[in-house]
Amino acid sequence: MEATVRTVLARHANQPQALVQILRELQAEQGWLPREALMAVAQATGRTVADVEGVASFYRFLHLVPVGRYRVLFSDNITDRMQGSVALMERLCRRLGVAPGAVRADGRVSVAPCSCTGLGDQGPALLINHHQVITRLTEERVDAIADCIERQLPPAQWPAEWMQVEDPVHRADVLLGTPFAPGSALQAARALGRNGTLEQVQRSGLRGRGGAGFATGLKWELCRDAPGAQRCVVCNADEGEPGTFKDRVLLRRHAHLVVEGMTLAAWAVGARRGFIYLRGEYRFLLEHLQEVLRQRRAAGLLGPDIQGEAGFDFDIEIHVGAGAYVCGEESALLNSLEGHRGTPRIRPPFPVEVGYLGQPTTVNNVETFCAVAHILLRGGDWWASLGTPKSTGTKVHAISGDCARPGVYEYPLGTPVERMLEDCGAADTQAVQVGGPSGTCLSVTEFGRCIAYEDVPSAGALMVFDRRRDMFEVARNFAHFFAHESCGFCTPCRVGTELLARRMDKLAAGHGSRHDMSVLQELDTLLHQSTHCGLGAAACNPLRDTLLKFRPSYERRLQSLHFLPALDLDAELSIARAATGRQDAAAHWPPSHPTTP
Amino acid sequence: MSRYTASGLSFLLDGEEVPMAPGDTVLQAAHRVGRYIPHLCWHPGLPAHGSCRLCMVNFNGRPVSACTALAAPGAVVECQTPALQAERRTLLQMLFVEGNHFCPSCERSGNCLLQATAYQHEMAGPHFEEFYPGRPVDASHPDMLLDHNRCILCGLCVRASELLDGKSVFAIAGHGTRCHLVVDSPSGQLGDSALSVHDQAAGICPVGALMPKRVGFRDPIGQRRYDLHRVDEPHSQEAAPPADEETP
Repeated sequence: MEATVRTVLARHANQPQALVQILRELQAEQGWLPREALMAVAQATGRTVADVEGVASFYRFLHLVPVGRYRVLFSDNITDRMQGSVALMERLCRRLGVAPGAVRADGRVSVAPCSCTGLGDQGPALLINHHQVITRLTEERVDAIADCIERQLPPAQWPAEWMQVEDPVHRADVLLGTPFAPGSALQAARALGRNGTLEQVQRSGLRGRGGAGFATGLKWELCRDAPGAQRCVVCNADEGEPGTFKDRVLLRRHAHLVVEGMTLAAWAVGARRGFIYLRGEYRFLLEHLQEVLRQRRAAGLLGPDIQGEAGFDFDIEIHVGAGAYVCGEESALLNSLEGHRGTPRIRPPFPVEVGYLGQPTTVNNVETFCAVAHILLRGGDWWASLGTPKSTGTKVHAISGDCARPGVYEYPLGTPVERMLEDCGAADTQAVQVGGPSGTCLSVTEFGRCIAYEDVPSAGALMVFDRRRDMFEVARNFAHFFAHESCGFCTPCRVGTELLARRMDKLAAGHGSRHDMSVLQELDTLLHQSTHCGLGAAACNPLRDTLLKFRPSYERRLQSLHFLPALDLDAELSIARAATGRQDAAAHWPPSHPTTP
Repeated sequence: MSRYTASGLSFLLDGEEVPMAPGDTVLQAAHRVGRYIPHLCWHPGLPAHGSCRLCMVNFNGRPVSACTALAAPGAVVECQTPALQAERRTLLQMLFVEGNHFCPSCERSGNCLLQATAYQHEMAGPHFEEFYPGRPVDASHPDMLLDHNRCILCGLCVRASELLDGKSVFAIAGHGTRCHLVVDSPSGQLGDSALSVHDQAAGICPVGALMPKRVGFRDPIGQRRYDLHRVDEPHSQEAAPPADEETP
């Protein structure tokens, strides 16, 4: 082990800010992270072992206790569930003789659910050893996987077709449908100068595609003007929102566009250093992205004096995440990038002023960078002429769930939901979840509404639910997602998301009452007002929307209009009855006392 | 005369003027003049954490945590509204059900900021179902006891050890409800760490998670801090403010 630790540490020059990368790579070699490894890493990076333990235990894909040599993670997003993932996971566990979440006695395998692998268009999907993905699971495929594990075949030698990831683009507009020559947007930008480049982005009215919708040009201007000697550009490729996978497609099919957009940002704000923060679930994209960076360095599109322009120096490193949804929040992402726990920072100061290692930093979404490259080629006014006045341009959506053609669709902003449902072949739809669990749930009366900041904003996910689906179960799945992904930093989110999930489980178990409904509503109000970041504030959104629009799916679960405990009192008494040998009416709950003994 | 009154800047806290200096947070400025804003994870002399969320106030109508929000001259801050008081009571109930808090048997009883704040907010019961987590007690240190059952993850010991003692004995580990305090030592045990009972970190815990041994009942129950003072009395929430904090 010592040699492995030394090699990995040397690869990162013992840099403390590379901690998450060091731990990830160590674990890829060792399977898990023994305490001696943490201590060696702590010593080499000049951090305390408590600090290193704190970081390692934060990320879902890092393990401080042994896990199976084959670590199987089933995507637990609601669309994977609708495609049968729960039964398939049970089947694999049965075949392998292992309980969910446990390690088999021989240490060979463990099977557990994980939040969402970003493959909702070709699920049910799973992740092996936080690296290989397997799509389109069937009973046959699951049985064959069990055989491979029993035969101890390394995952790299499993049939390649299992790991095939498709990138279905069913509707391309200006962004995905226009051919792009690497370097062409940079050339246009250099002709405009740094200020001219920024001006075009501002004229375009482009708003960030990560969900919050902050004006990209303004973000860049604030970053450029903030005091500091070094500046930084970060691509947020931590696409963790269940139901979204558009960034996966963009990173695979349009990586040059993404990197060119980052380089344009570096040109406009004066940054020399950039990062792609790639979510851990997309580890399988790493080699491809590194190859694109290599090609661009060779072509003079990255590195010193880009396109021969003296002083235009910019290069990019890829940072792979380790399974933490909250790192999609930009300040949490920066903490993770610096090798810390991915908890959101206190704001202000905002990352544009104090970002990566204290430097002014612009963090933008994958799709935002793609849009910027096209804007520089065709002008800000052209982009502003698309979409709606407050939501300019086009937007890429990942559509999944109950539809004939799941995949990626690009539309001008302002497109009504019903148009999108028609195009993807959705029938008998009762609800659409826009923007993932933290977004909005629309019912059938609202399908005429448009995806735009003026109406229904979206980070780019549409999950379609037809009339077979139980919207209470959808909301319950999302509640568990938030409880699992809460970073645990602030009281209302840490405890509130757990209370929410437990209360939904109580209803699902048939122990619900009106009292539970009022507690759920109380949690909704509190979390919305008081959490440290958006995760907790959004955790009750699915509850609120479904309670409002699909109330019967809740009410049929209520046993009583009054308080009902979560436990079955009569069942609890069975042990006492067995011990005393009683079966009379008074030994049951509710007790019934016969008038005559 | 103090720079605070000289600056002439102030904001309104529940209708009363609070003098402030540029760069003050709402809680800092209020605490300086002895105005009570409920808090657990904040301490004068340490940077704000913003995690307990007890100090939520309405700042010009928007909910913010008073320990992280910068005060602004002329701002209208509401703290003691019935809605905010109810939310704080719910937050306190959350903290109580998340850990294992049994006030009658806790030697910190009467000196516990969590308990006193709960009394102040008329918390009569846990309201939510208890989590009853299985949490170990670390009694390995000769002079200190670390009882994870009562830890509320305020991070005060983490910050005090790092910034005041220069030792970094503590860190927060885990995620979600599995967040917990960890100790910097080869074994992870407090007894193997550099913590001394004289460290600032040793005395800063607002609850009964980190306590000195053998002094628990030196002050008998009935004569403890919150037996004698209400939690909303000026500067009764923690030890006297450090000397560098100027009082107007």
